[in-house]
Amino acid sequence: MNEPTSKPKPNYLTSGNTVSSWLLTVDHKRIGLMYLLGMTFFFLIGATAAALFRFELATHDANVFANDTYNRLFTMHGIIMVFFFLIPAVPGVLGNFLVPLMIGAKDVAFPRLNLASWYIYMLGGTFTLAAILLGGIDTGWTFYTPYSSVYADSNVILAGSGVFITGFSSILTGLNFIVTIHKMRAPGMTWMRLPLFIWAQYATSIINILGTPVIAITLLLVVFERSLGFGIFDPQKGGDPVLYQHLFWFYSHPAVYIMILPGFGVVSEVLACFSRKRIYGYEFVAFSSLAIAAIGFFVWGHHMFTSSQSEYAGLIFSILTYLVGIPTAIKIFNWVATLYKGSILLSAPMIYTLGFIGLFLVGGLTGLFLATMALNVHLHDTYFVVAHFHYVMVGGMMMAWLAGLHFWWPKMLGKMYNEFWARVGAVIIFFGFNFTFYPQFIAGYMGMPRRYHVYDIEYQPFQMLSTVGAYFMGVGLIICFVTLVSSIFKGKPAGKNPWKATGLEWNQADSPPDQHNFTSPVKVDVEAYDYTDERIYQDT
Amino acid sequence: MSHAVTDTEHKPYQQHHFENMEQQTQSTLLGIWLFMAQEILFFGGLFAAYTIYRILYPAAWAAGASSQNVFLGMVNTIVLIGSSVSIVMAVHSARHDDRKAILKWFAVTLLLGTVFFGIKAIEYGTKWDHQLVPGLNWNNEHALHTLQEHAPKNVEITELPKGIQIYYSLYFVMTGMHALHMVIGFGLAFWIMAKTAKGRFNSEYYPHIEYFGLYWHFVDIVWIFLFPLLYLV
Amino acid sequence: MNLFAVKTSPVAASDYADEWQNLWGYLIGVSVFFTVAICAVIVFFAIKYRRRSDADRPEATKDGKLLEILGSVIPFVLVMIMFFWGAKLYFDARMPPKDAIEILVTGKQWMWKMQHPNGKREINDLHVPVGVPIRLTMTSEDVIHSFYLPDFRKKMDVVPGKYTQMWFHPREEGQYHLFCAEYCGSEHALMVGRLHVVSPAKYEEFLSSGGRGAMAEAAASDDPVVAGKAVWEANCVVCHSGPGGIGPNIHKAFGTMRELETGESILMDEAYVRNSIINPNDDIAKGYPAAMTSFKGQLSSTQINQVIAYLKSVSEADQ
Repeated sequence: MNEPTSKPKPNYLTSGNTVSSWLLTVDHKRIGLMYLLGMTFFFLIGATAAALFRFELATHDANVFANDTYNRLFTMHGIIMVFFFLIPAVPGVLGNFLVPLMIGAKDVAFPRLNLASWYIYMLGGTFTLAAILLGGIDTGWTFYTPYSSVYADSNVILAGSGVFITGFSSILTGLNFIVTIHKMRAPGMTWMRLPLFIWAQYATSIINILGTPVIAITLLLVVFERSLGFGIFDPQKGGDPVLYQHLFWFYSHPAVYIMILPGFGVVSEVLACFSRKRIYGYEFVAFSSLAIAAIGFFVWGHHMFTSSQSEYAGLIFSILTYLVGIPTAIKIFNWVATLYKGSILLSAPMIYTLGFIGLFLVGGLTGLFLATMALNVHLHDTYFVVAHFHYVMVGGMMMAWLAGLHFWWPKMLGKMYNEFWARVGAVIIFFGFNFTFYPQFIAGYMGMPRRYHVYDIEYQPFQMLSTVGAYFMGVGLIICFVTLVSSIFKGKPAGKNPWKATGLEWNQADSPPDQHNFTSPVKVDVEAYDYTDERIYQDT
Repeated sequence: MSHAVTDTEHKPYQQHHFENMEQQTQSTLLGIWLFMAQEILFFGGLFAAYTIYRILYPAAWAAGASSQNVFLGMVNTIVLIGSSVSIVMAVHSARHDDRKAILKWFAVTLLLGTVFFGIKAIEYGTKWDHQLVPGLNWNNEHALHTLQEHAPKNVEITELPKGIQIYYSLYFVMTGMHALHMVIGFGLAFWIMAKTAKGRFNSEYYPHIEYFGLYWHFVDIVWIFLFPLLYLV
Repeated sequence: MNLFAVKTSPVAASDYADEWQNLWGYLIGVSVFFTVAICAVIVFFAIKYRRRSDADRPEATKDGKLLEILGSVIPFVLVMIMFFWGAKLYFDARMPPKDAIEILVTGKQWMWKMQHPNGKREINDLHVPVGVPIRLTMTSEDVIHSFYLPDFRKKMDVVPGKYTQMWFHPREEGQYHLFCAEYCGSEHALMVGRLHVVSPAKYEEFLSSGGRGAMAEAAASDDPVVAGKAVWEANCVVCHSGPGGIGPNIHKAFGTMRELETGESILMDEAYVRNSIINPNDDIAKGYPAAMTSFKGQLSSTQINQVIAYLKSVSEADQ
């Protein structure tokens, strides 16, 4: 061990400065940061695509892009954002960084596998980028057959392979987390003492392991059909294109929960800290994550009410979809109840978190519209659906992601960001988001189909508002980005526990943590979120 | 070997982030079972597609299955079951610290695997000759002729049954994915054999061999499902 | 721009659309109530319980079951109403009435091809008479499309290799949106048509003239029944009509149950006829040899549709 000197304590960032000490690291914290870099890069690509097509969509006629260009832009936005940002963001970055720290372990169970997962993710991303650079892909992120497997005139094989490959990164990360959470908890860290973030990661990992392989094989079948001419989904050879949709949504609906459950975890942590209260109904919140993960596997057919699947199958899918709504409602009620008689501080992460609850609420309630079969027939494949899933994915997941990033930023990098500008960014993003997506509900209700860049003029006011809102939100994101990045150079040292939060990562690890996480043995003797424990308020 | 394993005693094969050997063993065991779970779902997608189309196109399935060489399929099934036995013997040898026997049984396993590939290659080759490979080498007339030749005596095939290309597509994808898993198994086997030869394992520590055994059994079991589904239905 | 001139609600062009609006209103009510209530509580708490001093140490609230029970039961009841209401309306909307006029729709990248009962065809425009239920029998020549009439709150995917159906009951003359709602490639956004609901007299006039010119009526092949009769006589009649034929007599049997060699019976509908022409050996009629060869490649999809139309027109079964 290092001799005590006047120099600052060594931490995981300073232990090794060579490029290979990063690229070959098996330290979960460094891998988390590498995910952050990779993911930010993909996010910027996806966001650029959105900025471009929002410009086109402002008016009802085609004035900037040709049809094919527009189709490639929205497909690129969808594929990049779903598979390379939303799915890996919280597990890849925050999950990797925090799971071992929160349960008092030195690392995840399989550190080398963890590094391999990052490389697989980047390799998948490279394939997808290559597909984009070599002429793009225009199938939409859903790769529906037979368009994708026979008719499309774009790089389906490359992009499909990219998504196929990156799927294994999710599977292996999920496997790693489940084993870590089961076997690596510190003495005294019982299941009912686990932070809710861990419960959320656990539920997410189960879906990753059981769902992702199915989309992997499904996309592989599309690739085979397209490249070799096999007949699987092609109606010309007797195939059933609707079977593809079943297999696709068997994964891709649970994938929605892969995206949002980790966000639930983040929200629980931040909410408890900035209201200084234990999460109300801890057990209900913990088990509702598992319930959502379990029921979520049996609702995929609600994407297919108009697809010619049997009406009676539709009934089952519809009723099960409502059942997912119940544990979700419970979570929201418990979060709000947590605020009751708390000591609420509207810090930047808390603004994101409260924004999350409001926006996710709208996203969830509009989900009920889509679960209602008769309403779905009208709203399906319109801008209503686009608005709904952006409320869940961006209003929900992205807000939670930014809440978590701000919340744990001092722990990850040891620096405080500028609180004022962080709050400004949060508020602008919240309002910009609503400006962007609320009008889309109306456009969709009025019948505007999605994936149209040329549309009837009666939808133009809503699309125009949406475009203005999107750029407004873009300004918020830039402020947020600049605030965080500049903190690396100018930020004040964070100290061990700047928020006075509970949890091992705040109370037993330094900021940034030591290479081996904890410098002294970890033993847990308190319940989760015990904000009455005076020890967390003492300066160290 | 001392059996009084304490937390402080650090075996050379214990990785530093685990508290003790037991934690490491349990973790890797849980990990390999979770990996199996995802493998089951991976093949599960294929079996789901198989089931749907089997119900839609029973005639294509009947004609397709009777065109298969059941004898070769049977031999391959026996060969794979044999390789499962030999890998059990390898694990058994590992338990008894018998390095030579481990290598021997691995070699037997690989040999049986190679026989399987050889037979599979013959079967693929026959299908190629009969122009029964959808997309790559397919000829309706030739395919019809082959199916008629192989049809059971009481069945007369006058035209290509609907969905026949799907049957063959699924045949190639399913057996191909299975073969790919065996190829990966071959790679793993060589790696483990090298480690064994270097003396990395002993009777207390041989997880790689044990988990390879699990993996190999899984691959066998997939075949044991594929054989009746594709050859005998 | 006058903000109040902006339309914010779609036209309700049928009684079904009105019922749809009622259900929509119920969901809007529930959603607005919960959104406003929960957001108000959050804002209220955020102000009332704001951190006044860093020394604040709020007491933990003891977990109770009441919130969890109410929080499950009330939403459960509310969503079950949505489920039953929505499902009932959905099933009503899927059942076409018997007296509906049937129009054939074929989706193709990137146009809608329609064919009226008398054979009159049009592309992207669809004329229908007011006050009469209209049934669309749809299929696709290439990829999946989706036939979407927002003003009627109806939509159905148009799938290659399958026939799907939808129906609607226009109650007012006028022009309505018609969109392709399933992404289908390059010109998906341009696969837009128009629904013209006209008076019955105008519809008759349209059928007998208009559109693509006076030749429409004259050209016998434009009428699927007439054209179908020709196809029938050229290809099918030898085996399939009268007793003692090589194949079963199906001339007037459309819409009846047919017995199969397997002992099952099957409804002779569009899909059955089409499949029997392309894959004759899928369903062998009872008492007949599997002697028919496939007409795939010999008859086009259009010709098969014409035969179907013809068989329907001469059928003695009440459909």
